[in-house]
Amino acid sequence: MADIRNVIVIGSGPAGLTAALYTARANLQPLVIEGLEAGGQLMLTTEVENFPGFRDGILGPKLMEEMRAQAARFGADLVHDNVTRVDLCTQPLLVRTPDAEYRAKSVIIATGASAKLLGLPGERTMMGRGVSTCATCDGYFFRGHDIAVIGGGDSAMEEAVFLTRFASKVTLVHRRDGLRASKIMQDKAHANPKIEWMLDSQVEEIMDDGKGAVKGIGVRHNRTQVRTDVPVTGVFVAIGHTPNTSLFRGQLELDANGYVITHDGSKTSIAGVFACGDVQDHIYRQAVTAAGSGCMAALDAERYLDHVPEHLQTV
Amino acid sequence: MNEHVQTFTDNNFETDVLKAGKPVLVDLWAPWCGPCKRLEPTVDALAAEYLGKITIGKMNVDENPDVSFKYQVRGIPTLLLFKDGQVVESIVVLAHKEDLKKVIDKHVGATQADDLQNVTAKPA
Repeated sequence: MADIRNVIVIGSGPAGLTAALYTARANLQPLVIEGLEAGGQLMLTTEVENFPGFRDGILGPKLMEEMRAQAARFGADLVHDNVTRVDLCTQPLLVRTPDAEYRAKSVIIATGASAKLLGLPGERTMMGRGVSTCATCDGYFFRGHDIAVIGGGDSAMEEAVFLTRFASKVTLVHRRDGLRASKIMQDKAHANPKIEWMLDSQVEEIMDDGKGAVKGIGVRHNRTQVRTDVPVTGVFVAIGHTPNTSLFRGQLELDANGYVITHDGSKTSIAGVFACGDVQDHIYRQAVTAAGSGCMAALDAERYLDHVPEHLQTV
Repeated sequence: MNEHVQTFTDNNFETDVLKAGKPVLVDLWAPWCGPCKRLEPTVDALAAEYLGKITIGKMNVDENPDVSFKYQVRGIPTLLLFKDGQVVESIVVLAHKEDLKKVIDKHVGATQADDLQNVTAKPA
């Protein structure tokens, strides 16, 4: 059997990499299992203008590259792999990937949240064929096209504005009359002449061109119940996120929406298991708060490892 | 990017992909695409594992727009698997290496691996 690690960090967004940085600097030689969506949601963004310390902004993927290198510099062991199973009810704690099994005294969960989909037929099969959750990745392919953005929060506004660089027209569809987005983002979107608005309206169908690609959306207005078919080749879905907690269901205490419940800082319902970032936060969801909570989880894990309760000691 | 990963362009696409003797996996990417960076180590690992069986290469869609336009690519990263000049698989979601192998293996039978002696050991 392989060695028992002090700490395994699952996930590599701002929370996971900050936890890795702090535990590495505490000489705990953390193992970071980066996951399929390595780097987290910032990998899907362009300019990040609200991370303190970068007065001119920094590109999301660049910020993550820096965080990763900083954690590695202090000895964090980063592996490009995906956790398929955990067993948190035994000691040592078990973390499995398709090719390996790792054991640890403590685990820091930083698996984040992933984009939610509308749940309409054909939506999944048309991913990459017109349906997208990543404007920065896919906007390029819609030069001169008419497209739609679904959602009313900051990320929907940001994507709509970004996509007007390529698209000839962006129709923004939101199910409520009011937007959830911050004032500054709403103002940016409202000022953009290429954006058209369909508020108080739901997307009820994504139409297929017969070859598996998007050719339009069917939108129903809530109040009048009138349906409008909007010809678009792209549908960018920005309706929020869902926490990546399926690995922990039945083991850790989760709230009704699937978020990990933390108490007294980053502690979860199992001793030695800590959580940080968007997997346990549906309120703030910022890169800087995720990083802050990653630091908390690292310090909590460090304190825990200093005083592991006797009945949980494995070595 | 390791030495087993080729670079495809609009210019060499016809000869190196469409007219290649073996199946070819083309990784369409761009420097501004974060998820494409995530896929890079997986593609590198596949290139080492499938050495001699299939050719694996990357194509920058920014510099080579013709191919992505021709195949109606609307998002990246996209992996296209070509066999005898035809697209036999198109993978547009981030997938784990093991899942990608299952897709590739459908098109790469043991009989086609005529260069088996060149297959390198699985990287640790």
